[in-house]
Amino acid sequence: MTDWIVLGLLGVLSVASALGLLLSRNAIYAALFLVLNFVIGAVIYLVLNAPFLAVVQISVYAGAIMVLFIFVIMLLGAERLTPAENPPGLNYQRPLALILGVLALGLAAYVLLTRQASAAPVAQSVDASPTAVGLQLFRNYVFPFEVVALLLLAAMVGAVVLTRKTE
Amino acid sequence: MPVVVEVTLKSAALIFVLLTGFAYLSLLERKFIARLQARIGPNRAGPFGLLQPVADGLKLIFKESVTPKGVDKPIYFLAPALVVVPALMLFAVIPVGKGATFQLASDLNVGALYVVGVMSLAVYGIALAGWASNNKYAVLGGLRAAAQMIAYELGMGLSVAAVVLMASSASLADIVAAQYPEQYGGILGWFLFRQPVAAAIFVIAAFAEVARAPFDLVEAEQELTAGFMTEYGGMKFALFFMGEYVKMIAVSALFTTFFLGGWSGPFVNEAPILSVVYFTIKVVVCLLAFIWVRATLPRVRYDKLMDMGWKVLFPVALANVLVTAVLILLGLPGYRL
Repeated sequence: MTDWIVLGLLGVLSVASALGLLLSRNAIYAALFLVLNFVIGAVIYLVLNAPFLAVVQISVYAGAIMVLFIFVIMLLGAERLTPAENPPGLNYQRPLALILGVLALGLAAYVLLTRQASAAPVAQSVDASPTAVGLQLFRNYVFPFEVVALLLLAAMVGAVVLTRKTE
Repeated sequence: MPVVVEVTLKSAALIFVLLTGFAYLSLLERKFIARLQARIGPNRAGPFGLLQPVADGLKLIFKESVTPKGVDKPIYFLAPALVVVPALMLFAVIPVGKGATFQLASDLNVGALYVVGVMSLAVYGIALAGWASNNKYAVLGGLRAAAQMIAYELGMGLSVAAVVLMASSASLADIVAAQYPEQYGGILGWFLFRQPVAAAIFVIAAFAEVARAPFDLVEAEQELTAGFMTEYGGMKFALFFMGEYVKMIAVSALFTTFFLGGWSGPFVNEAPILSVVYFTIKVVVCLLAFIWVRATLPRVRYDKLMDMGWKVLFPVALANVLVTAVLILLGLPGYRL
């Protein structure tokens, strides 16, 4: 019962922070709402007995990626975009976003309504310790893991090439 | 005792100890630096100046709370708290003594990762304080802080990874236990001796993470007045001050846990309270080293700092993890699991 209350509260907070992200006109505030959203996501993982995932979420997303986002926003002084600066070519995206949003919401509602009986809020049976996750990654999922590693390496090489001064 | 009550009481006690520790650390620093510079230091308030922190605190409380024009108010007021909270949160996983009485969540199986993650959150307060202050020095200080902490986090995280490899556990309680294998008898089991490279990298990265001399470019007076805290005064300034000192205590406690055997010492089995004493002594020695370095070394240049973080510390830490893993795989003495 407590789990349901805590998870419900976290869900509401998560949606609220996502709305804050979408609706704030200031890019720094938007980035901070996103950080808040990641932190709430991490707490949800904690409640679901997955501390490893929670801590990785915090240190990778909230701690590294979003710090870079905020760094760039501060560096460019791009926190405020006046309506005039909005690129006009993106207007078609509004109806598109609406349609896709309704579709996603419908899908979530469908899953929630049809599978509610079987969905337990807390999965106790899964071992989510770092050892278990590591063994899974390096035994059962080595190939996808290495593919992701290669992808990240390619992205890194790309970033280095892009930032190099041209002689 | 219900878990909630127990955890709340322990956290409250820990925060009380830390805040008192912060106050007296500032006095210790002033006294110690004064001695290193052949001065006497504060000695007027109370015997040996022991009431100086109280006087300082009272002064700061009664300062007028000024909000400069043009600041981004919500973030301007939020930033000082964002500096203090992660620093305090670090202590949740640090075992300050033997037995469950002196530990909060130190058997968390991702403790070392938690430390790295929470440490990386600390940069928000500083960067946002700089941004919200509407002051060019503050913004530059905030940007420097963000760049510096990202650069040194990697080295610190990888040095902790080497420790985790050695202990084959990311729980801080297990890391302390792993530094007392039977065959070493005494302090040779400390990771300081079995992982000297990781220890050196951790120390250097710790100075950069706390942004203290010689890496205090975030608030270099000659270039940036006071950096990100230029526009802060009174209690808001005191919170930044508190954040820096609590973080200094935290990294000292982490160094003690990771490399100096944590709370371990002679006779801890007979009298568990001794373990807290050992832990405190080790932390204070680390803190004195922090202060000593500040009084000794000049500030490094900013581009040198970034070069060292990315081009020296990071590769060396990476190589250290690799070498450690190979040594453990070969089962060399001292590296056997």
